[in-house]
Amino acid sequence: MFRRSGPTDCTILWEGRALPARAGEPLAAALLAAGVVAFRETPVSGAPRGPFCLMGACFDCLVEVEGVPNRQACLVPVTPGMRAGPQRGARGAP
Amino acid sequence: MREVALLILGAGPAGLAAAIEARARGLEVLLLDENHGPGGQVHRAVGGSYTPARGSPGADQAREGLRLIEAFRACGAEARFGASLWAVEEDRSVIWSEGGVARRARAGVLLLCPGAIERPLPIPGWTLPGVMGVGAAQTLLKSAGLLPEGRAWLAGQGPLLWLYAAQVLARGGRIAGILDLSPPGGWRRAARHLPAALTAPGYLLRGLGWMARLRRAGVPVIRARALAAEGGERLTHIVFDGRREAADLLLLHDGVAPNTQITRAIQGCAHVWDEAQASLRPVLDPWGRTSRPGILVAGDGAGIGGARAAALSGRIAALEAARQLGALTEEQRDALAGPLLLRRAAELAPRPFLDALFPPLPAARIPDGTILCRCEEVTAGRVRAATALGAQGPNQLKAYLRAGMGPCQGRVCGPAVQAVMAAARGVPPGALEGLRTRFPTRPVTVGELASLA
Repeated sequence: MFRRSGPTDCTILWEGRALPARAGEPLAAALLAAGVVAFRETPVSGAPRGPFCLMGACFDCLVEVEGVPNRQACLVPVTPGMRAGPQRGARGAP
Repeated sequence: MREVALLILGAGPAGLAAAIEARARGLEVLLLDENHGPGGQVHRAVGGSYTPARGSPGADQAREGLRLIEAFRACGAEARFGASLWAVEEDRSVIWSEGGVARRARAGVLLLCPGAIERPLPIPGWTLPGVMGVGAAQTLLKSAGLLPEGRAWLAGQGPLLWLYAAQVLARGGRIAGILDLSPPGGWRRAARHLPAALTAPGYLLRGLGWMARLRRAGVPVIRARALAAEGGERLTHIVFDGRREAADLLLLHDGVAPNTQITRAIQGCAHVWDEAQASLRPVLDPWGRTSRPGILVAGDGAGIGGARAAALSGRIAALEAARQLGALTEEQRDALAGPLLLRRAAELAPRPFLDALFPPLPAARIPDGTILCRCEEVTAGRVRAATALGAQGPNQLKAYLRAGMGPCQGRVCGPAVQAVMAAARGVPPGALEGLRTRFPTRPVTVGELASLA
């Protein structure tokens, strides 16, 4: 879907899997560049979803970051070693 | 509670220019933005990961953005990034979340510069991973240097589509094709606005330059009327006018619309349906004053005018804020604002031409099976059926179908639902009451709420 035109400088953990990333870039960008297309499954039908607007409006990129659900991956900046995973269905109580 | 003379929401061109102007008039300024640096969407990451080569598409605008950001950094305003505003109270105190903690401040004058969002272009299959906005892809380019990979298609209409395509080519990226969905007869419709548009010819020349770059590169530009995305777990194909093509990425665009999620939630802040932009916008006077005292709006959140007009609107609103706060007399404000008002009028001159060339795609043509509300997965057909049963407008529709009640709270589907319901009822969209929004305008954790106590 997307490829990088610049270097990476750290790794993040997506479902425990190490992915290359660049500190400070949006988490959504790091995941897309690493080939992750589905970030969550909807609470209504369980359909896979990926980011749509990349500017905090659509809430389609909701993921869990460091155990906190309902985080918008497009608004979360990457930090080295960040742990994240998909949000399946409705979020739990944070 | 903390008191601030001028509280500005949004660090795009309007908010940055307003902060600089307000500081020059001696006002104390606190600026909030949910992003992690200044620039808004248009000047995102300028000077950082987004530094277009001189002469390349978007370079002029980026240079203007960099100047604005540098002037802002030097102006002495307090900026808080990663700060998401979610409430405006009766006394103009605002509440925002920052790093998992909620904070509150009362504003003497509140200036909202919430910017624009991409107008949704609902097509069958647009919820599949691999389908996103052109603006979204441009954000990935600016903030992380990402380029499309594989079979990437662009579809829709509007200047941003052509700019992004030209930017991708300039960086060595590839585009499988562009599907031009603009309604036929655009140039004929727009011709009468051409003389006004030619008073600011830079806009048109840049646009023609982007199109020429695509032609030279041999990117197919195909006029199409209907488009659908197909796939299981992700996008695999697109179908348009009877043709089926492999696709790894489909980027949609139908222009941008004012982001009114916060202004609509403010009690007594009047909005109207803007026919040309097929969206709601706040009712404002030339200074940016809303129908609520002490609350101003500037930039694309007031109606689409582009980055330069937004910056001018920000400065004009800041002068009015300075008058309200006693830093300027009315005469001083008028003298300072005069040239800015003229420059803004000049910047807005090409807008009727662009609006006529790229009118928002008609809601009546959205197929019944197409999802309108992405969060609650409500199709256009169900919206039309509920309308036939008697749902009068988007607010009543919530009780029927939950459309507009998911995490995005109608940010994406609101205008489309309003237009589809209006078309089904045979009335103009402005005859329906727009979706009301409520604070908190974003999800808030119990921990954030508790931190206010």
